Amino acid sequence: MWRDALLVAGKDLRIEGSSKVALNQVGPYSVVVLLLFGFAFDQDRPLLTEAAPGLFWIAVLFSAVLAVQRSFALETSDGAVDRLRLSRLEPAGIFLGKAAAVAVQLLLLEGLLALGVVVLFHARLAGAALLGASALVATAGIAAAGVAYAALSMGLRVRETLLPLLLAPVLAPIVLASTEAWRSALGVSTGDGWRWLGLLGGFAAIYLAGGVLSFGALMEET
Amino acid sequence: MLLSVRFRGVVALAARYPLLAGADLDVAVGEVVVVRGANGAGKTSLLRAMAGLLPLVAGEASVLGLDPTVDARRLRPLVGLLGHRNGLYEDLSAEQNVMFAARAERRPKADVQSALARLGFDRRVAATPAAKLSAGQRRRLALATVLVRQPRLWLLDEPHAGLDAHHRQLLDELLDEVAASGATVVLASHEQLADGLEAKRTVWMSGGAVVERAAAPAVADVVGVAAEVAPAPSAPCPQVPHVA
Amino acid sequence: MSQERVRTWASAARSGRPARAARLTQVLGWAALVTLGLTTWWGLWVSPPDVVQGQYVRMLYVHPAVATMCYAGFGLCALASVAWLWPRLRSPRWDRLAVAGAEVGAVFCGATLVTGSIWGRASWGVWWTWDARLTLTAILFALSLGYLALRRAIDDPHSRALVSAMVALLMALTVVVDHYATSWFVTLHQGETLLTPDPTVHGWQLATMLMSFVAFGSLFAWMVAHRYRLELLEDRYDAEGYTSALAARRAEGQAPPEPVAPGRAAPGQPAPEPATTAGAPGGPPSKVEVRVS
Repeated sequence: MWRDALLVAGKDLRIEGSSKVALNQVGPYSVVVLLLFGFAFDQDRPLLTEAAPGLFWIAVLFSAVLAVQRSFALETSDGAVDRLRLSRLEPAGIFLGKAAAVAVQLLLLEGLLALGVVVLFHARLAGAALLGASALVATAGIAAAGVAYAALSMGLRVRETLLPLLLAPVLAPIVLASTEAWRSALGVSTGDGWRWLGLLGGFAAIYLAGGVLSFGALMEET
Repeated sequence: MLLSVRFRGVVALAARYPLLAGADLDVAVGEVVVVRGANGAGKTSLLRAMAGLLPLVAGEASVLGLDPTVDARRLRPLVGLLGHRNGLYEDLSAEQNVMFAARAERRPKADVQSALARLGFDRRVAATPAAKLSAGQRRRLALATVLVRQPRLWLLDEPHAGLDAHHRQLLDELLDEVAASGATVVLASHEQLADGLEAKRTVWMSGGAVVERAAAPAVADVVGVAAEVAPAPSAPCPQVPHVA
Repeated sequence: MSQERVRTWASAARSGRPARAARLTQVLGWAALVTLGLTTWWGLWVSPPDVVQGQYVRMLYVHPAVATMCYAGFGLCALASVAWLWPRLRSPRWDRLAVAGAEVGAVFCGATLVTGSIWGRASWGVWWTWDARLTLTAILFALSLGYLALRRAIDDPHSRALVSAMVALLMALTVVVDHYATSWFVTLHQGETLLTPDPTVHGWQLATMLMSFVAFGSLFAWMVAHRYRLELLEDRYDAEGYTSALAARRAEGQAPPEPVAPGRAAPGQPAPEPATTAGAPGGPPSKVEVRVS
């Protein structure tokens, strides 16, 4: 399973490397989202600085939906799904590989967004351990949930609208928890950031386990 | 005679529409069989059922000795399917596409080069991204990804589509080689086949079942399908299965 | 596995004690009507207004019951989904129960949000407050809409049952996470808790509130029963089409096609489109899908 996961992740990342969709399209989109927040809040600086963690994670959520859709669009555009089904690859491995590739792309995007938030909203980053750890765990959960739901909507006619509808409420607790973790790390809030990290871990565990167990059946049905 | 495929009264559903409505078929090991029939007759569904991609709700089926519904996971790696679409990754080069297929099957890298060479790819073309290849090249690339897996059962859906005369001949030679080495080939086609393949056993499909030639509407590339005498189906319609 | 698929389609052909079930739903219906009437009467006229909240306390007779039934519906959906996924227990009944629970639950969830909002506006002057339960209910509502949209998008009954069951289970686990997230969020920000029942409820107020639970409970059960029956009838309708669908499919290619105008291609469509192939005399009737909202 791990070998298959590495193979699939490598394939997806190689495709990203040559098509550069995340780099050239999703990245700029996410930065523009930050700009839009600036316009929406009338460039009210103290407000933007305080809201920075939340706005960051919302921008990540929007980018995640695109990244996950792209991950499956490259499988369905020429009907490569049948080839995956016929191969010896274990479905759980395919799931982990795709989730890993999405996670890597998201982490790079988060780096870009963090820069954006520092520059545009004058946020000051501190508490690197908690920031980094929560970003990692949150990303794992987002990637796992995203790939699972994208897989099951892959074969449907209405997938472009169904996937955001499914993902947005599902990822809501991640936005909440990671924002609170970041606020705690930045010293803006008095809560216990590490408790939120635990919650993020729980979510990631649910979707990683759920995806591994159900991906075989999902690939058959869609 | 050892059978590669044995179907008896096979029914397959998509939602509530019967793709296959009682198909009977026997294919021996090492045979090359051509499936013909009008659009919508069920040729693609028959191939997918043989690949274990279509769950069967009634009838008996045995492909390479395995039940395609129950043992699908064991059967599928032994089967190579070339569908209507090529199943390629547009942004990867030809060579990378074949390499992924090979590594997914745990085949050695040397197989990749030989597969590409066999399908007429030179170095330069092999390094081109799949999106930039012509339709015929993409079809050949898809065949290369099947070849590198060395399946025991080849299922090809309109494999000659988009190929010029030279490459059609290449494909026909390849299929003969493959059959000679003990693999079974089933291909669905509309095309006027080369004489060599014309001589192979042909099976006709109509209305989701395998029928006698006279029972199928004449296959024609142009307008004006001739009317056929209304025939009897080759097997009685399956009854509603008994449910617990 | 293959038998399972046709069982999903054809199982509704056998009826399960229709007379008793119909009578039970009738009883439920009358019970709901009567108890709702009682609740309205007691709620609006008999029970006294509250010392603190005045007339607005009457929301107590609607909101808590409706909210409880909303959670009951989703809980039913989650449990039925687990039952469906359990190999030995698998049966289309669980899938029908799951969709009934989810749909009725979604209706009650919408009602919960509306009544909660109205109560909040009346008592505190705000249409919305970020308290834990209200936020959680809003997320639940969105999740349920996603679940129902997903069900509508899948045509094959077995696929639909399998995918919805898995999604329901995943969503149920997510709700557990949400519960902790929202309650921690609220205690952190010291939000107002609007929905704590008044601890000094007694006498007529208590009686009316209890009656409202019985009333909305009966209404809930009645609606679930009817939604279940609707799903069953739809499955039965489709099941009757099995043999004729097969016959029609086989007849497709055999009748002479209509004379086609020059320039038009030979008729024919790839499966699984409905067979509008020119020449199939009757056309398979079974592809009619009864869409239920």
